[in-house]
Amino acid sequence: MSFEPKILSFNCNWCSYAAADLAGTNRMQYPASLRIVRVMCSGMVHPNLVVEAFTKGADGVMVMG
Amino acid sequence: MTLTELEGVEGEEGNFTVRLKQHPRYVDMDKCIACGECARKCPKKVRDYNYNEGIGFRKAIFVRYPQAVPLKYRIDADNCIQLQKGKCGACQKVCPTGAIKFDDVESTREVKVGSVILAPGSQIFNPSGIRTWGFGVFPNVVTSLQFERYLSASGPTEGHLIRPSDNKPVKKIAFLQCVGSRDHNKAGHGYCSSVCCMYAIKETLIAMEHVPELDASIFFMDMRTHGKDFERYYNHARDKGVKFRRCRVHSLEPGEREGDIAFRYITDEGKQVAEEFDLVVLSVGMETSPEAVELCGRVGAKLNHNRFMDTSNTTPVNTSRPGIYACGTIVGPKNIPHSVMQASAAAAAASGQLRQSRFSLTKTKQFPPERDVRGEEPRVGVFVCHCGSNIAGVIDVAALADYAATLPHVAFVERNLFTCSQDTQELISQKIKEQGLNRIVVAACTPRTHEALFKETLKAAGLNEYLFEMANIRNQASWVHAGEPLAATDKAKDLVRMAVAKVALLEPLPSLSVSVNQAALVVGGGMAGMTAALGLAEQGFDVHLVDKASRLGGNSMHLFKTWKNEPIQDHVQKVLSDISANERIKVYVNSQITQAEGFVGNFRSTISGPAGETVVEHGAAIMATGGKAHKPEEYAYGQSRRVFTALEFDKLHLLQDDRIRSGKNFVFIQCVGSREPARPYCSRVCCTHSVQAAIALKQENPERGVYILYRDLRTYGQREELYTKARELGVVFINYEMHVKPQVKVLSDERLEVLVWDHVLHQPFSLDADVLILATAIVTHPEVSQLAQLYKVPVDSDGFFQEAHVKLRPVEFSTDGLFLAGLAHYPKPMEETISQAKAAVSRAVTVLSKTRIDLDSIKAVVDEAACDGCALCLDVCPYHAITLEELEPAPKRHVVINTAQCKGCGCCEATCPKNGVNVSGFGYDQLAAQVAAALA
Repeated sequence: MSFEPKILSFNCNWCSYAAADLAGTNRMQYPASLRIVRVMCSGMVHPNLVVEAFTKGADGVMVMG
Repeated sequence: MTLTELEGVEGEEGNFTVRLKQHPRYVDMDKCIACGECARKCPKKVRDYNYNEGIGFRKAIFVRYPQAVPLKYRIDADNCIQLQKGKCGACQKVCPTGAIKFDDVESTREVKVGSVILAPGSQIFNPSGIRTWGFGVFPNVVTSLQFERYLSASGPTEGHLIRPSDNKPVKKIAFLQCVGSRDHNKAGHGYCSSVCCMYAIKETLIAMEHVPELDASIFFMDMRTHGKDFERYYNHARDKGVKFRRCRVHSLEPGEREGDIAFRYITDEGKQVAEEFDLVVLSVGMETSPEAVELCGRVGAKLNHNRFMDTSNTTPVNTSRPGIYACGTIVGPKNIPHSVMQASAAAAAASGQLRQSRFSLTKTKQFPPERDVRGEEPRVGVFVCHCGSNIAGVIDVAALADYAATLPHVAFVERNLFTCSQDTQELISQKIKEQGLNRIVVAACTPRTHEALFKETLKAAGLNEYLFEMANIRNQASWVHAGEPLAATDKAKDLVRMAVAKVALLEPLPSLSVSVNQAALVVGGGMAGMTAALGLAEQGFDVHLVDKASRLGGNSMHLFKTWKNEPIQDHVQKVLSDISANERIKVYVNSQITQAEGFVGNFRSTISGPAGETVVEHGAAIMATGGKAHKPEEYAYGQSRRVFTALEFDKLHLLQDDRIRSGKNFVFIQCVGSREPARPYCSRVCCTHSVQAAIALKQENPERGVYILYRDLRTYGQREELYTKARELGVVFINYEMHVKPQVKVLSDERLEVLVWDHVLHQPFSLDADVLILATAIVTHPEVSQLAQLYKVPVDSDGFFQEAHVKLRPVEFSTDGLFLAGLAHYPKPMEETISQAKAAVSRAVTVLSKTRIDLDSIKAVVDEAACDGCALCLDVCPYHAITLEELEPAPKRHVVINTAQCKGCGCCEATCPKNGVNVSGFGYDQLAAQVAAALA
């Protein structure tokens, strides 16, 4: 079985979260293993949150803003 | 009111009746949820000229682009099979909300208004049928707007740079500038379109991001990168290897290889060269559409010979009919920042006369008192939306609802066909009361479009609006994993679990507002400051107008004619007398701001002047400290009494000084201090000024020799006509490059010699000059940095104030309540300064017109127990909203957040090592709960 990484992404409400919405509007397809956490600014993502994500089993973390 | 046209305007300023014609949309706007099922099923494909410039297809039912506002579909009746032939109706069959109305009809209505603003924009010049450019003949010749679509990820090639004829990757590209601009012969447009140089550079650089090894050339006459930071961008493009070739290309031919385009051009060295390209992009200009011409005719707003609005430089947004204003490209070619500025200026002009009626038609919605849920165990209600088949067609919504019911704290779950429909709002409200719910999760579309609606529902049910969370199972699940229903359902379960985990931790937030002191401060009494002060007073607010000089006027006292040859001093005198007659304006001359504190609605500034210190309280401030002429240290300035700066020359010219009256040869040198390594910006006004002065010299005495030595002649927009006129009058224009600047020799008290490398003859050229005029740069005053420190606003690397957003917020600082205008922002001519000052008024009035401003409740909150005053958060706060407070007993300290200044970005939260500061609704624990739930 091929490895499908679990990715956790922190998306800024004003840009990358909106972009993820637009990807939906345009019906662009991407792997279903991505989970998005909405933040009001990518600046609010505490480094410990990234560590927590890895500790809890994420294979990758994205901070998009 | 979309799809609506203005049919006629009756009445007069302050009391118009406008007739509006609304074309049928054939889609009920209240019902359409923009799911796009209709367009997917519609059998009629139509070439998309509405958005994709004819290089892609759309359906007969469509939205122009995915970001359209309002996001509602419409039917193009000319292409709809049902409307044309009476059979099809595919869209009606699939529409989950029954929004299709084939029986929709045109309607007209009348509206009473006090002012009208015309902003019909422009269309691009159509290069078809003109042999030179081969557009429509060679498939690999495209317009710049088509090219923009090729570069776009949402465009027909999804951003892949391939050429139309054979889908071959594009490796070599040429841009031809001035297609349909600066061209009377082929296009009938003598004006410059002002934006094409910059967009050509932008498209080239974006294309290079797509194809890093791209060979790109731009063929131009003058590069007109005259906007703020544009020159830097031009320099950057040259550094990236874009080839800039100063040559107007005569005609295009088929290349040797199939599909290639060939043409000849002259190099800087004067050699003729032939080259072939994969793709040629025509940088097309702007023109007023026939529809806009008709509109202006209907409402009685006069256009000029270029078919742009006939406006005065001193009243740049007023049309020929009082009470009707205009903005954007109908007034003349311009880019986004200037359109946005002019739009705000038009809003100020249109609302100034109507201030008495402000808020007279406003209705306020009433909500029941809020139930106090603090101390209650969370009881979460989850509403799962089917969105017709948009969600339910992919995700197993029944399984999702069953799963939601098993989650901790969930007390109630229900599925709805459309959770956003009006009857569901009533249902949610009823269930909140019936089930005693105190937290709500809606699993549906995106909070970006629907959160506000559901928050209203919570408020209507007496629940605090912040006890709410959305799980985005449509845009971020069913739509993007349409082919994987199982995985999409699993993801939806995770998203609901994340939302429930977070909502259980949410607390009610208080609604916040601050009071507003309805007075304004204007710093700087030049044309920008004076116009702003008068505008604010006209809108009904008291103004403190401060200038460090002994009288108002600033640079405008030294200017004589606008580029439209209108006398500036008449306008200045009128403004000065209006100010002294206006009781709302208090003028402080010989004064400066020495202290400032506060925030939006509540600033306190100290004005220091001859009468001592005065502390004024104001809700908003406009910074308009102006600029000044750079004093050069080159070209024999200060060594000869025949070398002047432009401003010095103007005065002597007006006074008919003997050196000028009897002068035979006049030489102008452009870009003195501008576009140099020390000042890598264009001063924007100097080319037009020199050309205008040259025309006057020639008109006084056609025998005079008048020479303008320039790098790129930047008579942008309709100013180009001055350049044409100057050439017709025999003014000689000689191009020079930065690395071979002209040399000036003082031969005697009476004579100067100017040596320049001639760009046509390719040899040195000597000019005898009686008078040398230096077109010097505009630089800022040192006050800019002082004020920047006092009000904590940014300054750019050239010393100008930095606006909040270059394009979209051109007259605001990122600090609420502070605005800017005039030369302190960037060099600009009189009419742009007036526009910008009016725009700043317009934006300031959005603050000053209310006695209180509502604030968002999502703010940083300090946990007193955890904060030990380490102050790491102070430096990272982009809004200067955090201060450190000493407590008793020393050395106990903590930080304090100013809620009016805080924007809830949470940089403090991410920096705090002790979890001592958290943004409400996005606190560390709340986000951590989502992370844990996502990975559970």
